[in-house]
Amino acid sequence: MSAPDDRSAEGRGDPDRSRETSATTAWRDLRRFTDARVGLGRTGTALPTAAHLDFQEAHGRARDAVWSALDPAALRQALAPLGSPVLHVRSAAPERRTYLLRPDLGRRLAEGATLPSAPGSVAFVVADGLCATGVQRHAPAVLERLIPALPLPVGPILVAEQARVALGDEVGERIGAAAVVVLIGERPGLSATDSLGLYITWAPRRGRTDAERNCISNVRPGGLSYGEAAAKAAWLLRAAAGLGATGVALKDEMPAGVLPAP
Amino acid sequence: MAFAQTIGGTRYVFGDLKTLLARATPFRSGDALAGVAAASAAERVAAQRALADLPLAHFLDEAVIPYEADEVTRLILDRHDAAAFAPVRSLTVGGFRDWLLAAEPAAVTALARGLTPEMVAATAKIMRVADLIQVAAKCRVVTRFRNTIGLAGTLSIRLQPNHPTDDPRGVAAGVLDGLLLGAGDAVIGVNPATDNVEAVMRLLEMLDRVRDRFDIPTQSCVLSHVTTTMLAMERGAPVDLVFQSVGGTEGVNRSFGVSLALLKEAREQALALKRGTLGDNVMYFETGQGSALSADAHHDVDQQTIEARSYAVAREFSPLLVNSVVGFIGPEYLFDGKQILRAGLEDHFCGKMLGLPMGVDVCYTNHAEADQDDMDALLACLAAAGVTYVMGVPGADDVMLAYQSTSFHDGLTARAVFGKRAAPEFEAWLARMGIGADGDRIPARLSPALIGLT
Repeated sequence: MSAPDDRSAEGRGDPDRSRETSATTAWRDLRRFTDARVGLGRTGTALPTAAHLDFQEAHGRARDAVWSALDPAALRQALAPLGSPVLHVRSAAPERRTYLLRPDLGRRLAEGATLPSAPGSVAFVVADGLCATGVQRHAPAVLERLIPALPLPVGPILVAEQARVALGDEVGERIGAAAVVVLIGERPGLSATDSLGLYITWAPRRGRTDAERNCISNVRPGGLSYGEAAAKAAWLLRAAAGLGATGVALKDEMPAGVLPAP
Repeated sequence: MAFAQTIGGTRYVFGDLKTLLARATPFRSGDALAGVAAASAAERVAAQRALADLPLAHFLDEAVIPYEADEVTRLILDRHDAAAFAPVRSLTVGGFRDWLLAAEPAAVTALARGLTPEMVAATAKIMRVADLIQVAAKCRVVTRFRNTIGLAGTLSIRLQPNHPTDDPRGVAAGVLDGLLLGAGDAVIGVNPATDNVEAVMRLLEMLDRVRDRFDIPTQSCVLSHVTTTMLAMERGAPVDLVFQSVGGTEGVNRSFGVSLALLKEAREQALALKRGTLGDNVMYFETGQGSALSADAHHDVDQQTIEARSYAVAREFSPLLVNSVVGFIGPEYLFDGKQILRAGLEDHFCGKMLGLPMGVDVCYTNHAEADQDDMDALLACLAAAGVTYVMGVPGADDVMLAYQSTSFHDGLTARAVFGKRAAPEFEAWLARMGIGADGDRIPARLSPALIGLT
């Protein structure tokens, strides 16, 4: 893009000057419509210093969030009032670095895990994933709204450490669940380090692919609200029960009108 | 067929072609995760020497995944153009590298249909970064829909205005911001937060209204699953480009919920809409090293070779745009800035050699050992290599997908530093609208109020 400097044409006393000033404000005003980094201005072709350092700060915080840990005791306490048994499990990945490099270990339960049997139920896995902050903060509130709306019997809730989404397949299979809902910490971004994702898998068993799941993402204040996420999950579970499947076969055609207020 | 090479008094044996390719690959975490990486630096070089001595024609005799077992292998071999291959058919992989570095650009470009993905992947494995840049820069690939992408001296930008809840006004604000910073000639492409058909159609209609209102010579795309886009087309939505993520084996495509037959059907449906004014390249594909292993559909083939095979899938459908999402798949496949840099250049080289309009999402996630400095280095290398397009994300921060890519500013900088321009129709539009005449001002013709931002 060429950037000819036509400022010389804008002499002092230019009758359009005041209109241009308000137009300048309008570009920054785009921020009213989105949390994206719009209207940052520019110096030459680059970011102005303040915007550059804002980005660096956000990246630093996100990097730190990747290494945040789940507090299983506090989570179990927060989930206890929901009335389902709450258990604590770990994946086969012993710590964070191994977890990052070996996703296969994060998809398997550690040896020796004992799970209850709850055939035909919807089981829940509350998993740290790539950032524990969002799960810790939002999972109890989503489940509090989802569980009463379930079209199927309510199964156990498992708090899982160093876990990937597919850990739910082994959990669901061993429980004998009709479906598993994995509530998992999403990869931290710069604007949000507390985002929660919900992955719903019908007839969970080891070896399911991601095309056989439905996903609800960006659950957090400022993203999808707790109520919206719970309503959508309940809708998908009802549709999955009718279809006998989740994934690409199950199109999300939930009409917008049935969403509750946040 | 087995291969052997002795270096430093040790004899290394590689049981078959896919093992030879894997052991010859510069180190990356995904090949270690798959258990196919060389066990030592010496073994890697032994494999590279053995690979350099292999005749290119051998790739037509030994498939890395059996012909009977995989529709991507069948596509690759059935579509091979012997006449286009003729100029290099007698060369070894090493001889081919030498040939490419000395060849005239037109001769390199003319080979595309005569090359298989495995041939170009093998060649990339014995090339340095400088080689990958220099040879890719010789390839010329031009595609068209409402503008002309890939002409010499151009660098296009995909405007990526994602929003966490697909709010149409939030997306529109991102679109306007990008247009004001010269982005959007490759496509205005939104990744939707959900695959809800109604939400996807709302976005398609909004993007089309903005394009129409400002009369922008470009195309829009909502990057939903191909089946969702097909449903949207059935319901009359204004679909310019059909998007899909694809991979290099039948199994990874199955994990994405697609097949060659489904992609063909989607393309025909889009062609029937006749929305392109300058051309009929109606497909947009994304790929990325590691997706096959992630879906457990890699057949013990290294991730760079499988990535190149995904380009055979893409080229079958004459796409307008193809890009690797190189740093997006995660650190278990590309651990740090060094691995991402090389992989991005390999992907661009392989795509261009196979005749694709290749872009790269220069990006990383927050659990990778990488930062914006690494992206600056990759973007500069890609611009030097003549990359067709890169992404433009507000402030480089994708607030929906939670990763960092290149910003609108980065696109402007790359164009300025490397003397590149936007696609000609789009550049003329920027001038017509007064964009760039004053960096701080929104020209009246692009007033936010015109697209409902009041």
